[in-house]
Amino acid sequence: MKNIALLFCGILFTIAFSYTGVILASQLQFGSLLQTTAELDEDGKQMEGDPLFPRRESGIALQGKQVYIELGCIYCHSQQIRREGFGADIDRGWGLRATVARDYIMQDRVLLGTMRTGPDLAHVGGRFAGDGGREWHHQHLYNPQLTSKGSIMPPYPFLYEVREIEGEPSPEAVKIPADSPYSPKTGYEVIPTRRAVALVEYLLSLKVDYSLPEAPILDQ
Amino acid sequence: MNASATDNARQPSIPYTTEITSQRAELSEIDQSIRSASLFFTVSAVIWLLLGTVFALIAAIKMHNPEFLAGFEAATFGRVRSAHLNAVALGWSNNVIYGLCLWIMARLCRSPIRHGGLLIIAGVFWNLGVSLGIFGILRGDLTSVEWLEVPVYATPLLAISYILIGVWGIIAFRFRRGDHVYVSQWYFLAGLFWFPWIYVVAVLMILWAPAQGVVQSVVNWWFGHNALGLWYTPMALGAAYYLIPKVLGRPIYSYYLSVLGFWSLALFYNWAGIHHIIGGPVPVWLVSAGIVASVMMVVPVVVVGINHHLSIVGLHKEGWRSPTIRFVVFGAINYTLVSLIGSAMSLRDVNLITHFTHFTVGHAHHGVYAFFTMIMFGGIYYMMPRMLHREWPSAKLIQIHFWASGIGILIMVIALQVGGWYQGLAMNNAEIPFLEIVQNTLPWLKARSVSGVLITIGHFAFAINFFWMLFAAGAVRAKSGPTLLVSTSGKEAAG
Ligand code: HEC
Repeated sequence: MKNIALLFCGILFTIAFSYTGVILASQLQFGSLLQTTAELDEDGKQMEGDPLFPRRESGIALQGKQVYIELGCIYCHSQQIRREGFGADIDRGWGLRATVARDYIMQDRVLLGTMRTGPDLAHVGGRFAGDGGREWHHQHLYNPQLTSKGSIMPPYPFLYEVREIEGEPSPEAVKIPADSPYSPKTGYEVIPTRRAVALVEYLLSLKVDYSLPEAPILDQ
Repeated sequence: MNASATDNARQPSIPYTTEITSQRAELSEIDQSIRSASLFFTVSAVIWLLLGTVFALIAAIKMHNPEFLAGFEAATFGRVRSAHLNAVALGWSNNVIYGLCLWIMARLCRSPIRHGGLLIIAGVFWNLGVSLGIFGILRGDLTSVEWLEVPVYATPLLAISYILIGVWGIIAFRFRRGDHVYVSQWYFLAGLFWFPWIYVVAVLMILWAPAQGVVQSVVNWWFGHNALGLWYTPMALGAAYYLIPKVLGRPIYSYYLSVLGFWSLALFYNWAGIHHIIGGPVPVWLVSAGIVASVMMVVPVVVVGINHHLSIVGLHKEGWRSPTIRFVVFGAINYTLVSLIGSAMSLRDVNLITHFTHFTVGHAHHGVYAFFTMIMFGGIYYMMPRMLHREWPSAKLIQIHFWASGIGILIMVIALQVGGWYQGLAMNNAEIPFLEIVQNTLPWLKARSVSGVLITIGHFAFAINFFWMLFAAGAVRAKSGPTLLVSTSGKEAAG
């Protein structure tokens, strides 16, 4: 090839083309969505007084998200639910409806993920909730074998402190059956660190349990 | 084109014998000008390769044996796996590209590199950036953005030192002699421009000033896929286009196929990345554009495949003897295979099964290792004797490297893709409990670890030979004639 100008322009054009078509067009089309109400009125306006979705993430859950990021949970868990009929996401109970672009607008870092060595977690807060859910998560994070025998999810013992029981056993201690191979020595208990507490609050907060105008939950 | 391709190709399979003296003197002056810088990059690359391999083995074992090293936070799966990716992507791949492709660029431009010392300083900063990045990942500052795990604070260092290094390739091109520009130069020039563009956009829009919501994911996969398609791929193809005619002593089969292959890659690869979010929360038109582009990738792939094949056909014997050609041909064949599989994976019906499974992990290794890395190995086997004026000390070690790496990566790709296919089928059937699926992937994950051990053996054989040659004992210096893998009588050459 002798025409250097052509070569040069071609190299620049091809990248500028995809940048415009993929990045700028996305930015324009769905780069500034707003929170909205579950349903709209006849004019397509938000319902006055209805709560806005998606919800803002709470402080402790945000700290937990940071732990999730630091430990690289994303490399085994996605956070996106595909529509009914495309995969078994909804049949497996991983969500009530498919997630859409607006579901992610409140997140500073989007953790869609591309791997499902473990289940999708977009709606894990709908599966494990309340004190029961909290307890399950702590057992599971301390050692997944406690709740899910045969799992290949890594244990996260460094999120817990094994310490000697002084006086009464702590109410925060992770409940581990005494005959389990993973239970601490007698006289010791497993206490969640701040990071473990925050991470579990984050997992409990992961819920797509609201409708959006473009993505209603059909039958509950 | 044809004139220069023959120039490039005039060197016969046994080097140092018939080449025109003046041309040789010029090449040797060019080699001299970039020698220290190239060696610096190549040595760094080999060290990162070994480190990256160790991280990989740990991550692979953890996948079927979660208790392994479970108590060490720095070695938790998410972190070692990211340390592995970045050590081999930024440490090994980028360094070897700087070492090999800048050298080829300088040779093709027939222009000695100016201020090689400054290039080394830029290289030192690059490697500091990568070290800081890997250290940050293990420490827990990783971003959890795929292909961009390096902590935010290491990104400016990487971007700036990259640009400094890339500029050298462009300067060499600017001061080229002769008015003909060879295919390899198109690819290198393009890669050198494309990579900083996609990297800077991605770092800005995801880490520094995050775009809203899933726009981040779109940017993420535009970058992630293009890092392969617009950086590693053109650099490896450019190297192959240089090495094949050089070693075999005959020009590339068709100029027109080269042109078609280059422009169709430039046009289509750019758009293909969105196939990583098929079924995801992004508009359908975007995904469809990604699928169309991925399918169109068949054009450059088939064209390049035919062109390479016809350049080699009939010279298989010669090729088999040359370490360079063995590795490069292995890489070129796998370029065709991996790309066709990749196009198929972008079809919605296939993607429905392969997405979210180990199939994709197998695919990534197929591309970056069986294609890119194998060609780079071939390039190093070609470059080092010309840089150091001595031969590879041991043909045995090259044999071990070739077979261990070659068989290792084939086992890995097959294990992950067969296992991943079953995993995907099962996940799409809500009747099958999740833990049962997890259990069924175990044999395949164990096979992956076995393949990892083989590849590790290959890498150590390579590294021993490499450092032995670098710090050569007298015996290696005195050895005459190139190190071939099969002697002329057809027997394996002894080390
Ligand atoms: C090596 C892959 C891997 C990594 C890394 C990983 N997980 Fe898992 N995870 C799994 C597997 C496999 C399962 C399914 C079996 C089980 O319940 O343990 C699972 C299950 C789960 C579940 C239960 C989901 C359900 O619906 O049953 C939660 C919650 C979870 N993981 C959270 C996390 C968090 C938080 C992290 C990061 C600290 C993490 N995982 C890291 C593989 C992984």
